[in-house]
Amino acid sequence: MSFLTVHNVVIRGIAACVPSTVEENLTFPLFEEGEAERVIKSTGIHRKHVVSAGTTTSDLCVPAVNRLLQELGWSTESVDVLIFASSSRDYITPSTSCILQDRLHLSEHVFTMDIPFGCTGWVHGMSVLSSLLSSGEMKRGLLLAGDTSTTMTYPGDKEARPLFGDAGTVTALEYSSEAETPVFFTFGTEGKNYEAIIVRDGGSRHPVTEESLKPIEYRKNIVRRNIDCVMEGVDVFVFSGIRGTQCVNDLCEHFHIDESEIDYFLFHQANRYMTERIRKKLKIDPAKVPYSLQDYGNTSCASIPLTVVTQCAEEYRKRKINSVACAFGVGLCWGGICFTTDKIICPDLVEF
Amino acid sequence: MKLDEFIQNVADLFDNIDPSLFSAQTKYKELPGWSSLLALSIVAMIDEEYGIRMEGRDIWNSETIEDLFQVMVSRQ
Repeated sequence: MSFLTVHNVVIRGIAACVPSTVEENLTFPLFEEGEAERVIKSTGIHRKHVVSAGTTTSDLCVPAVNRLLQELGWSTESVDVLIFASSSRDYITPSTSCILQDRLHLSEHVFTMDIPFGCTGWVHGMSVLSSLLSSGEMKRGLLLAGDTSTTMTYPGDKEARPLFGDAGTVTALEYSSEAETPVFFTFGTEGKNYEAIIVRDGGSRHPVTEESLKPIEYRKNIVRRNIDCVMEGVDVFVFSGIRGTQCVNDLCEHFHIDESEIDYFLFHQANRYMTERIRKKLKIDPAKVPYSLQDYGNTSCASIPLTVVTQCAEEYRKRKINSVACAFGVGLCWGGICFTTDKIICPDLVEF
Repeated sequence: MKLDEFIQNVADLFDNIDPSLFSAQTKYKELPGWSSLLALSIVAMIDEEYGIRMEGRDIWNSETIEDLFQVMVSRQ
């Protein structure tokens, strides 16, 4: 059981950017008669935004950062920490956060770090960034979180292709000795199920060979290469239902959080059927559970901030909001966070 | 855990098929309307009704409803 309380840090703003090209699931070429309707009904995903060849996650994050810094009135030199959470980083090495220091014209004294996580990257990233700012020696930080998951699935993979969309987001945090409430976290990891979501080749365990590029037919119209992201949907579904529910219960129980005082429960956006199961098990009012997956798909670690920007920005801008967010996925791991915001800057969605 | 009840629980998940047509020997993945989405419904049902966590390979490697039932019992 791992829990964390971070004092003296507040969220000042959240921004997001998506590529302008949209792919509709209704017209996905590999679906058979009636299949598109069934998949859309079950997953809730109607369409997603996809990058053009050559666009990376960092390319999506940069416009979001520039917009947010401008609206916050923060100079680039005032940023002390940059965290980049993504499983589609620019290079295997060096860290994309280092490259971003230069692209964003941040001070050369900045602390940079990549967190190569998928679905839980924003929650884990928030725990790292808020902890770094908590002492007040470093005062302002940016958590960039996103993925270009569409570049990691093979076009011939009928199971995976309709699920994922691309997005980049930024969350700005600041030290504040007047922060009314701490930020609370809980985490967990199931390493025995690491193969449930995996890009098999390209790391040290299985370096890329010619074989890595060969399409393999797993079942009809489910074709993947070993350099593509492969997901055993049933295992992830079962895992998410159990651990997602447990995560929220653990968080609220341990920190004595009154669920009736929470305005929004922000779940990682993977599959509507899955998230509705969690919501029902937790007996949460549907009005408190916003969804962005219908228009953006599963955007990996961008999904929680993207949901705020696209579904509830007005509320987050105009009043104090108590939020619980919960992410689960690649690892397999999960993370939960409870935080309070008070009229944050939340620009309209940026398009790239 | 009773097999008859389990067969009924599985049958209830298939929208357009008469439940009385289901038996222990039914090869559930060969039924019309089978999809990976139905696989999710089955594991969800098993979690909700029996409190047992199943794996993807349990579905893919079982042929009949009875096979699935046996795997479920072994995971208890």
